[in-house]
Amino acid sequence: MTAVQTIGTGQPTEGAGPPGPSRGERISALAQQHGALVTLIVAVIAASLSFDTFLTTDNLGNMAVSSAFLAVVALGMTFVIITGGIDLSVGSLFALGGVLGAWGSRYGTLVALLLPLAVCGLIGLVNGLLIARARLAPFIVTLASLLAARGILLAITHEGATTYLVDDTSFFARLGQDKLLGVGVPVWITVVLFVLGAVVLRRTRFGQYVYAVGGNEDAAALMGAPVARTKTTVYALSGVCSGLAGALNAAWLVSGVTILGSGMELEAISAVVIGGTLLNGGFGFISGSLVGVLLLKVIQNVINQIGSLDSAYQQVVSGAFLAAVVIAQTWLGRRRRML
Amino acid sequence: MTDLALGRTFADRDRLLRLLQEYGVYAGVAVLLVANIAFTPHFLSAENFRTQAVQVAPVLIVALGMALAIGSEGVDLSVGSVMALSTSLVSLYLGYGVWIALITAVIGGIVVGVANGSLIAFIGVQPIVATLALMVAGRGVALVLLPQLKDIHDPGMASLGSGDVLGIPYLVLIAVALALVVAFTVRRTTFGRQLLAIGDSRPAAQLAGLPVRRVLILVYVCSGVLAAVAGVLASARLQASDPTSLGNLMELSAITAVVVGGTPLSGGRIRIGGTVAGAVLIQLLTATLIKHDLPPSWTQIAQAVVIVLAVYAARERGKR
Repeated sequence: MTAVQTIGTGQPTEGAGPPGPSRGERISALAQQHGALVTLIVAVIAASLSFDTFLTTDNLGNMAVSSAFLAVVALGMTFVIITGGIDLSVGSLFALGGVLGAWGSRYGTLVALLLPLAVCGLIGLVNGLLIARARLAPFIVTLASLLAARGILLAITHEGATTYLVDDTSFFARLGQDKLLGVGVPVWITVVLFVLGAVVLRRTRFGQYVYAVGGNEDAAALMGAPVARTKTTVYALSGVCSGLAGALNAAWLVSGVTILGSGMELEAISAVVIGGTLLNGGFGFISGSLVGVLLLKVIQNVINQIGSLDSAYQQVVSGAFLAAVVIAQTWLGRRRRML
Repeated sequence: MTDLALGRTFADRDRLLRLLQEYGVYAGVAVLLVANIAFTPHFLSAENFRTQAVQVAPVLIVALGMALAIGSEGVDLSVGSVMALSTSLVSLYLGYGVWIALITAVIGGIVVGVANGSLIAFIGVQPIVATLALMVAGRGVALVLLPQLKDIHDPGMASLGSGDVLGIPYLVLIAVALALVVAFTVRRTTFGRQLLAIGDSRPAAQLAGLPVRRVLILVYVCSGVLAAVAGVLASARLQASDPTSLGNLMELSAITAVVVGGTPLSGGRIRIGGTVAGAVLIQLLTATLIKHDLPPSWTQIAQAVVIVLAVYAARERGKR
């Protein structure tokens, strides 16, 4: 795109370097990167001024733990979206991970954690292989595994009739419910995973491949990046993340609830997009997705606090919010390209 | 000599795959029909065929709109929510008569379609994201209008849901009529040709001076209206408005019907006959598994496998 423009607008003078980013370009880049953070800060200030109940330890603690599960799912989704793909199966895998974790908890914590990770990781791997090796559209492959994973979940819960419970005193349940320094264990796990994710994305060769594949697949292949392997890994990673989030959620609720997770793919995609990651691929941040998740949860919390607004309005607001963010992002992106 | 033989096998394989993709769905329907007639007790009865046809009608109507969206290289994830919205509107306005209720529901579909289309055509948002936003918001609006299930007591709606002409239910007649209208639109109208040209290559269509934005908005309006009509018909069949669960996962069924029917996800081609057969195939598959006492969970897994196989077959063809 830029190359074409350079030829079209005449040759740059000999020896002159590429022009630095203009002021407008920098502002739109900043807005794209930190708009969500600014909105989050404004939302938190507004919420704490409007509701006395907002800034209480109980409310913040609950919000942090319930954000943790979505955040882990969004972490995997961020990798997928940076490669230019999409994973619609995360909600089903989240629910499946929860049921497998609750079922496995009777055989010990190790089984309760490893079983969901293995099964959901395997489904993610199949997604990845179909997308990367067989070159099927990510959206349709993950749609199929959304159906399949929910089918498997229904099959192991006897069509949703059986709810597996987690023993309240087991180590697995403690993993979901205990607090460390006043903060829930799932929150700590999420923080560690996000730091790990950021390091992998920014500081490793694999991370560079993820950006390269999303930026321009053909160019990445010519550069010698293992395109197919990178894509496969990313979907497997997303499956593992969803399974882990589901298992932790089951430990928190001490049961594998079968009806959870529908619509979660939308929440995760929204969080990632709100966090500044471009759906076209090649550009995005892990930290942005965390901000996106927190922003969604704060808005949900505010809607719940208003009380008179029921969950139906919550959906209206979420949808409108997603649309607004995508419009802003598309507009800013176009502005940057034009400048 | 070897080259020649090799070339022939490739050509044979290519032709076989093309045949499989074009007529595979009809073959699938035929196989399922024969297998059911042979092995399923009480399958071969007018009553059973009637039930199956009535159940498939709303899915087919939604799939027709989905075929238009996919043909334009897009997708419409909001169809299930539009059905929910339309069932809520029907309940609210039924007091003014069936026609007013129907018109209001259709207006709801038009509004969602214009919103989808504007996001996609004017702002350049990807169809999957734009319709995702409307999917979340649409179901929310439906639930704000009508928070829970409400029974419908109206003679007009009752006859729409269960009435028939010469033994053929109204629902089926309407679905068939709409399929014919959409097939005609795709094949014989300027709008249809422009839509396929845009699906083939939007930049090329733009350069050729086609009214890309207007056509795209119209595509999503069509999809919204068809989903709204499906919502009304489904409410009439159930004799109830259920905004919480009506249309849930409908986008998946509709996309499956379209893709299994041989319409490529890459746009530029639409197969309405295939879409009809695709919807019937899914319905038959579900019915077969249920009638043989296999739990509903198996249908979902089977449906997933069918989707992947269909897309895989399409891929081989597209690559050559």
